[in-house]
Amino acid sequence: MKALSDIRVASLLALALLIGGGLALPDWALFLMTIGLAKALVSLGIVVQMRAGLVSFGQGLFFCIGAYVAGLMANFAGLTDIFVLTGISVLACLAIGGIFGPLLANYRGIFFAMLSLSLSMILYGILSKMNSLGGTDGLNVAAPTFAGYAPEGRALSLSLYLYTSFIVVAIGAILRTGFDSQHGLVSLAVRSNELRVEYLGASVRRTNAINYVISAMLGGIGGVITGLAIGHVDPEYAYWTTSGEFVFVAILAGYLSIPAVFVASIILELVRSFSNLYFPNTWQMVLGVFLLVIILTLPNGLGSLFHRRREGGS
Amino acid sequence: MDLFLVILVDGLIYGAWLFIVSVGLTLVFGVLGILNLAHGSLYAIGAYSTATAVGIYFAYGGDAFPLGSYAVMALAALLVAVVIAPLLERGLLRHFYHRDEVIGVLVTYGVFLILEDAIKLIWGVDPLFVYEPYDLLGMVEAGPLFYVAYDFLVIAVSAVAGFAVWYFLNRTRRGKVMLAVIHDREMSQTMGVNVDKVFLLAFGAGVFLAAFGGALTAPMISVSPGIGVNVIIVAFAVIIIGGLGSIEGAALGAVMVGISRAASVHLMPELELFIIYFVMAVVLIFRPEGIFVRTQTRKI
Repeated sequence: MKALSDIRVASLLALALLIGGGLALPDWALFLMTIGLAKALVSLGIVVQMRAGLVSFGQGLFFCIGAYVAGLMANFAGLTDIFVLTGISVLACLAIGGIFGPLLANYRGIFFAMLSLSLSMILYGILSKMNSLGGTDGLNVAAPTFAGYAPEGRALSLSLYLYTSFIVVAIGAILRTGFDSQHGLVSLAVRSNELRVEYLGASVRRTNAINYVISAMLGGIGGVITGLAIGHVDPEYAYWTTSGEFVFVAILAGYLSIPAVFVASIILELVRSFSNLYFPNTWQMVLGVFLLVIILTLPNGLGSLFHRRREGGS
Repeated sequence: MDLFLVILVDGLIYGAWLFIVSVGLTLVFGVLGILNLAHGSLYAIGAYSTATAVGIYFAYGGDAFPLGSYAVMALAALLVAVVIAPLLERGLLRHFYHRDEVIGVLVTYGVFLILEDAIKLIWGVDPLFVYEPYDLLGMVEAGPLFYVAYDFLVIAVSAVAGFAVWYFLNRTRRGKVMLAVIHDREMSQTMGVNVDKVFLLAFGAGVFLAAFGGALTAPMISVSPGIGVNVIIVAFAVIIIGGLGSIEGAALGAVMVGISRAASVHLMPELELFIIYFVMAVVLIFRPEGIFVRTQTRKI
């Protein structure tokens, strides 16, 4: 029970920090934080799978599905309520993840990475060719409403930010509990030696499939929020370099700590905006050097800075 | 019948090109165990170097002997390999041989990001053209259609390259040593093989093949930023279909993808963009690790 109350305290603190920070931040930073947190949810999905030793290079698939759900509902069904949109996209990702998860659960390592990548590239191909959905130009997305409340300007970006903060904290708390649950611990065991896990009576396939579906739903939520915040969706959401950035954040954060994923994602957004501003032609290079330095100096990611003692002790 | 022939020829041309851009990737993975995401960037660097070198060649009197531009293309690719391979392999990749395969992918993803910007810094963002070598050989009549003879040169070069790699690995002493390192690195080291040298040689060959693929492609396209990004994905698909690390697999994968793509272009153009993933998914459903797989021991 102590662990549970720890999570509650940490969640409340995180929420207070996010809300307080949000009220103080200028508009541009608010937008950046919203995007950073939303994309962190997608990377968190990769972290869920990384705990069982799998790295998906195709998380853009669900990110894109989530974003297009928002775009399509707004354009063709006139739906703008953010709660409804999030719900629909989670269901859509649950359905699609439920189909692909069990199929991909047979694959490991590079094959898993490349198959998930090819799924997202297929979606990219389909969306680029579908002129009814805007082709490569994509769609504009109407501003969201919040259960009837239709803010504009600063109020809109603040509402979106607060909505994101609540979701992020709730998901963080749920996942922390999940990581310490039986399923979460079996995932870690799969990472170290899956044959032993099978001999002990747990199903590796089932564990991987469940993790895949969880990460699919997280990807969808991240996509909805990003699509609404930017106000535009296009097939690039499913392109492999987009997925590469999510993996980048997951690796930067490591699989040990949940808050580290959000920190890493916000760092990436900061590095991106500032290098865009100051080195418009070499920001990818900055990112690449940054990635190499992290892999060389912190093999288990930023999270290992907070968690080293705990892992060493067990 | 004509359509069938057209699909076959188009498929072989595209397949030959696919083979030349992916064989280096599979070779590097086979020996070093690193799936090189920067392969596409090396291809792009090969294409840019060729564009520059051939441009210089014709600017300084190459018109007198235009066929010499082919030698210039090969030299440009060789130069890229000699400069870049030791830097990357000795300076970076060798730190990751004992790590997970996925870490290798990420490290090379970092290299990819760096090289993409480096290319823009060196050659700028305006497209370059080197059409001279493409037009040199004239046209060839094949059945009802005319083809640029250069396309058939690609098939020939690709076949020669594939044979050379196969011959080297299976019929020469150095190649057999390389195979020994692939099978058991520690045991080869104990037997006195200089494993570091073998790795550098294999990576150098991989970089050369990537750059050479770019050199061969440069006359057919406008050399512009981003050409490497798409190549890497199709090359991956090809070598995954064939089985990672297998040269024969890469050849078979390239021909399968080439012909499927040609068939879709002529029969169902809307499928062209993702036919390659479709072939890959179908192959992986039946052969989860590709067509030619090396047996692996399981650790309990």
